[in-house]
Amino acid sequence: MSVSEYPGPSIGQFPQADEALAGKIEHQRKEHLNLDPRPAEEMNQMVLDPMYRTSRLLWMTLMLTGGLVVAYGVTFSAQMWYGLGITGLMRPVMWGPYIVNLVYFIGVGHAGTFISAALRALKFEWRRPISRAAEIVTVFGLMCAAAFPVVHLGRSWKVYWLIPLPNERMLWPSFHSPLMWDFMAISTYLSCSVIFVYLSLLPDIAMARDHSKGWRYSFYRALALGWRGAEHEWHNLETAMNVFTYGIIPVMFSVHTVVSWDFAMAIQPGWHSTIFGPYFVIGALFSGVGAVMIALILLRKLLHLEYYLRKEHFNGMAMFLMILSMAWAYFYFNDYIVPWYGNGPVEKVIMTLFAEGWAKPLWYLMLFSNIIVPLGVLWNSKWRSNLTVLFVVSLFVQVGMYIERYLIVPGSLSLNEIPASWGIYHPQVPESLITVATFGLLVFAYVIFTRIFPMIPLWEVREGQAMHGLRKVGQALIQTKSEPD
Amino acid sequence: MGSPYKWTMVIDMDKCTGCGACVVACHAENNVPIRTELDVVQGRGMHWMRTENYWVSQYPEPQTYFLPMLCQQCHAAPCEPVCPAYATLHSEHENVNVQVYNRCIGTRYCQNNDPYKVRFFNFYDPDFPEPMNQQLNPDVTVRSAGIMEKCTFCIQRIRRGEEQALVEKRPLHSSDVQPACVQTCPPGALTFGDLNDPNSEVSRLSKEVGAFRLLENLGTDPSIYYLKGGKSNVS
Repeated sequence: MSVSEYPGPSIGQFPQADEALAGKIEHQRKEHLNLDPRPAEEMNQMVLDPMYRTSRLLWMTLMLTGGLVVAYGVTFSAQMWYGLGITGLMRPVMWGPYIVNLVYFIGVGHAGTFISAALRALKFEWRRPISRAAEIVTVFGLMCAAAFPVVHLGRSWKVYWLIPLPNERMLWPSFHSPLMWDFMAISTYLSCSVIFVYLSLLPDIAMARDHSKGWRYSFYRALALGWRGAEHEWHNLETAMNVFTYGIIPVMFSVHTVVSWDFAMAIQPGWHSTIFGPYFVIGALFSGVGAVMIALILLRKLLHLEYYLRKEHFNGMAMFLMILSMAWAYFYFNDYIVPWYGNGPVEKVIMTLFAEGWAKPLWYLMLFSNIIVPLGVLWNSKWRSNLTVLFVVSLFVQVGMYIERYLIVPGSLSLNEIPASWGIYHPQVPESLITVATFGLLVFAYVIFTRIFPMIPLWEVREGQAMHGLRKVGQALIQTKSEPD
Repeated sequence: MGSPYKWTMVIDMDKCTGCGACVVACHAENNVPIRTELDVVQGRGMHWMRTENYWVSQYPEPQTYFLPMLCQQCHAAPCEPVCPAYATLHSEHENVNVQVYNRCIGTRYCQNNDPYKVRFFNFYDPDFPEPMNQQLNPDVTVRSAGIMEKCTFCIQRIRRGEEQALVEKRPLHSSDVQPACVQTCPPGALTFGDLNDPNSEVSRLSKEVGAFRLLENLGTDPSIYYLKGGKSNVS
């Protein structure tokens, strides 16, 4: 099939076209997915094919990460059996990597909603093909995070005491506690995200149903809820998506603010800060956009989605990452200078710890990974479109943001007002293993999901392609866009 | 229904010799688990009462002082509101900060928010080998792994004093109650009593010139007063 046979803007649209114009049109189609539609069946197959075929590399990934998931369960069971003493936690560092992981994985789960909801509300057109991949990072990131408040408990089997259910013992959870706010915020965000993902999946599941047989057919048929693509269905979907888009944005901002309150509400020096709310939100978006970037690069490579995921998408994400790096640096500066100027005795010791103590290498590595690497690389548009470079930068951001949370939790906790109770936390095997295994769990769940569900929101892409066109005004070729009614 | 009592302890640091008898008494009275040397080095030692040793100067004129440290029984305790399970809260009856062991699920948030670091987490199940299990105090629960514990001002002794007063049909007097540490302190550095009773010993001592409370800038309103004169007792 030649290029001119594809639907969408082409040379035939312009009667007095010349060679130069044809080149320009070709260039525009190559750059923008929205201007490069292909026949529906071809686009369907590009999404469905990698879903049905599991490569050897993916099988190996599944086996490795599945092993990690088993290790997670075994370690957690051992911890419950022997007590938290098998971890490195001690007085005064009562919260360690488990809480770091909680904050980190909620952060990872932040960008998905931002990309799909905020960019949708603001009508960023390039977000169309990446929204599903980002939302799934959100859903599984949040699930991984939600496990940690349970894993870190001294008596994990009593966690249901925190559920406000009327019971014969006349007990009720205390809503004075930031942990309860956290519990509420995470469960709200998780349920909203799951519904949001499911809504946007409906037309794609129906498409998969129409292209499958056997167990997949029955499975998709049940999940598609009888979607036929009638006009009123599209209309209802649009309305529901709009409600969730605008509803989930404040939830997203509140969740990480509430997570930051776990720390900011405490009077522990280094935690007791009013800037923690926005600072945590920006940090979460920063690490989250990095995580989505990693997921997109891997998806493009492993599922052969080169048609859908183009330079423009990675360029947009990279610019985002750069802006977030600047915003994070600004907030970090704020969080640092206020206690420094205030000159509180314990805050002073904590800053000395960062600049000279055991935390020195971590602190400098964090500043290097979060500020110098992203800002030093992403200003260059050539590097912004080089996927290897982007992958490495995103990994640096993950490392930097993990260290940032590590310095906040076991770092600050090691120092307090009573010098006789200072102590340094040393990570031990169980919590390190569970931390690594959680990354495994995230990848495992993600890969399983890509085996079952379309990773590109096809209907959104085709909606975008239907809305976009090219027009010649004078000598200039401009993109046009129509709005659905 | 507020409590008519305001149990208070006054610790005279000039009298404290750092002997550690209060620590031992507390372990015996409250079934506080005895951890191994390794556990203590790792920061899992459990002493509801401890003596912190601060060096003021070094050789050739070494000076030190001891700060007996225990739960400060704050009336505005930072550890209380952060518990999601109501396991630590202010008791209306005794007007002290209590820990309900069987309600604790082990979030350890109270310890993080405790500026005095006087809460202790059971990293393991307690081990009382023969014949030490014979000396366990039947009035006090033995705590299992995964829960937080701390000084209760020997609440079982407060209760016993109340019961005794009830039997004898008289009001509870300030001197009826004595926590184990106070009872045992050889130099008599610790004094316990009711601050609401203007004639009690603690009322008098807490108004002494050298009286202060720890980290008063945090506004926790602790129930422990410390007395410290100009000179250290060990020199």
